[in-house]
Amino acid sequence: MTSENNVTDTNVKIAARDVQVYYGDNHAIKDVNVDIEDKTVTAFIGPSGCGKSTFLRCINRMNDTIDVCRVTGDIRIDGEDIYDRAVDPVQLRAKVGMVFQKPNPFPKSIYDNVAYGPRIHGLSRNKAELDDIVERALRRGAIWDEVKDRLQAPGTGLSGGQQQRLCIARAVATEPEVLLMDEPCSALDPIATAQVEELIDELRQNYSVVIVTHSMQQAARVSQKTAFFHLGNLVEFGETDKIFTSPEDPRTESYITGRIG
Amino acid sequence: MTAALQIIGLPLPLALLIAVGVIAAVGYMLTRARAMTRAGGDARGLHSLPRYYGMTAAMFAAVPALGVMVIWMLAQPMVVQNAVLPLIPAAEITSAGTQSLILSDVKRVADGLDVAVAQGALKRADIAAMADDPSGLRETLGSVGVALGSDVKPYVLQAAEASRGLKTKGQSWMAIVVLVLALGGAALALRAADPAFRARNVVERGILVLLIVAASLAILTTVGIVLSMLFESINFFRLHDWKDFFLGTTWAPNFRGDSDLSILPLLWGTLYISIVALLVAVPIGLFAAIYLSEYAGPKVRAVAKPLLEILAGIPTIVYGLFALLTVGPFLVSIFGRGDEGLLGVEWMSGATAVLTAGLVMGIMLIPFVSSLSDDIINAVPQSLRDGSFGLGATQSETVRQVVLPAALPGIVGAILLAASRAIGETMIVVLGAGAIARISGNPFEAMTTITTRIVSQLTGDTDFASPETLVAFALGLTLFVLTLGLNVIALYIVRTYREQYE
Repeated sequence: MTSENNVTDTNVKIAARDVQVYYGDNHAIKDVNVDIEDKTVTAFIGPSGCGKSTFLRCINRMNDTIDVCRVTGDIRIDGEDIYDRAVDPVQLRAKVGMVFQKPNPFPKSIYDNVAYGPRIHGLSRNKAELDDIVERALRRGAIWDEVKDRLQAPGTGLSGGQQQRLCIARAVATEPEVLLMDEPCSALDPIATAQVEELIDELRQNYSVVIVTHSMQQAARVSQKTAFFHLGNLVEFGETDKIFTSPEDPRTESYITGRIG
Repeated sequence: MTAALQIIGLPLPLALLIAVGVIAAVGYMLTRARAMTRAGGDARGLHSLPRYYGMTAAMFAAVPALGVMVIWMLAQPMVVQNAVLPLIPAAEITSAGTQSLILSDVKRVADGLDVAVAQGALKRADIAAMADDPSGLRETLGSVGVALGSDVKPYVLQAAEASRGLKTKGQSWMAIVVLVLALGGAALALRAADPAFRARNVVERGILVLLIVAASLAILTTVGIVLSMLFESINFFRLHDWKDFFLGTTWAPNFRGDSDLSILPLLWGTLYISIVALLVAVPIGLFAAIYLSEYAGPKVRAVAKPLLEILAGIPTIVYGLFALLTVGPFLVSIFGRGDEGLLGVEWMSGATAVLTAGLVMGIMLIPFVSSLSDDIINAVPQSLRDGSFGLGATQSETVRQVVLPAALPGIVGAILLAASRAIGETMIVVLGAGAIARISGNPFEAMTTITTRIVSQLTGDTDFASPETLVAFALGLTLFVLTLGLNVIALYIVRTYREQYE
């Protein structure tokens, strides 16, 4: 644990200031301020409905696809305000990849699933380059060895854990800088979970990873920083070790010891 | 028994129906009360709720009795007819046609006698007196409102009297059997009404049977339709060479006989018009569905979707009028009239053409395609869209590359269903497509379809022994097989697709 938490690179990747989110009249996120570092895994924990997924979806503006959702405040990635009018949410999402709770491979071949993002954004000049990108992404998704002989097989035919790693490969294929994961292991069995967690740890070398999880053990295993959300507030944010061993806020302590949530 | 039931002045079947209903209702109340008494007045001691005991009685009383009554009423005329057949002199029956004519005469005279006796114009003794010379009967029956085509022959009167006698006897027996069954059923349920009797399960079985009967009636009717068309088609192929029907290229019915009756020109017209219709309906319907399901906000959707579906409720004859009066002349003003026309060409001479009918039929199919496709597109899981948006795809990229491929099998199914509707459509083509059977590629010419020819072969005076009339059944059967095939393929595709996301 300690070796993992020895983060040398401390530059801030994502900075959120006074973020408020409303669903219609419902004030879902209140005054969230947080600095997420580059090449670090940050875990968001908290009881259901506390706003951690909502906040995650603010970082790549996925909330824009929900009509009644309104976001105010300031979120900056590398100092650039992502809610600025000049920013195209579609381009932003190529830079901030996302992996969802349920594996959602497209009904296409494994190859086409991974090549989907690069094709849309025109990342390759020819077939050979695209092949390279796909292979690199599948290797980073730690699934290359399992699928290299059947790239043309449908992605939906893989097992749940393989599907989720395929989705991670698909997300990294567009060369994002940040990877958002919304409970990526909640639909997986323990073995597949272990594989995905191992993968997250490797991904940390290249990306800033933000993961929402309901499992506190998982947060402790994979993350260096942890944020605890409760009723739309960011209650506590700090080194994972510190949050789990000596939390400052009584609510955090109650949650991690299982008394609330 | 019959007389007793008819005292109230109702026809026998209706009187029986009411009697059975009363027995069922009384049985319900008695059985319910008896079950309660046996349980010591406490419904908790019963296996089922008290009303279930009542329902078993009503069910046992009504179902077998009414079932027997229906079957009896269907079977009795046939039995009576077979019984009077020997009374008709064999010399009079020259063919199957005359036999049925005589039998219908007998039936008419018998009914007429019933009416005359009921009105008091004739007495039993009068009829007996006329047995040898019934020539005056025609006038008497005419005076009570039953017109006959010719004078009554003695053997007809004899057969009519015999059938009246059998009918009365049959009705009496039917009334007895039905009432005994109803009372017996009610009594059986009353005897069984015991706290341990599982009335609820019995009612459940009864409902199951009811549902099965409903389902099999629907299927049996289809089988009946197919069989009736099949027999008439076989009659047709006895009179006309099947090779000419399926492979010939001329359609020229001629009621003096010796017609060219080939399906190919009609089939070509049908398919051509359907293809034009699909070329109109599929893109527009699909785009409308994509807009409604992917782009439109809830408010727009709430207004636009019902509006689009109103189109589906317009009777097709109205579309036909629209084709004849609006679309046809409009197309002529563009593609016809030579120098006066919009394009200055002389391609289209009349308002009725393949293009007119196809265009209007396409408009008719738009809501059909869009409504089905909309449902199918909505069934694509939101997680797939999220995945695509999360990779930085725009909405139209997502629709084109993720949503539509996922929905494709279902959409193909919807298109095939639309195609089978287009092939079977009649009124629009009657008014919009013309009546000339030909094989041509020119969409500005009038053509005709299978459905319109069926209509024209069967309207007016028809002789069901000539190939010109019977061909309608062969055409109908071909059409049925064609649309059935399309529907089967469509349903197969839709079903395979549905399994994917469940």
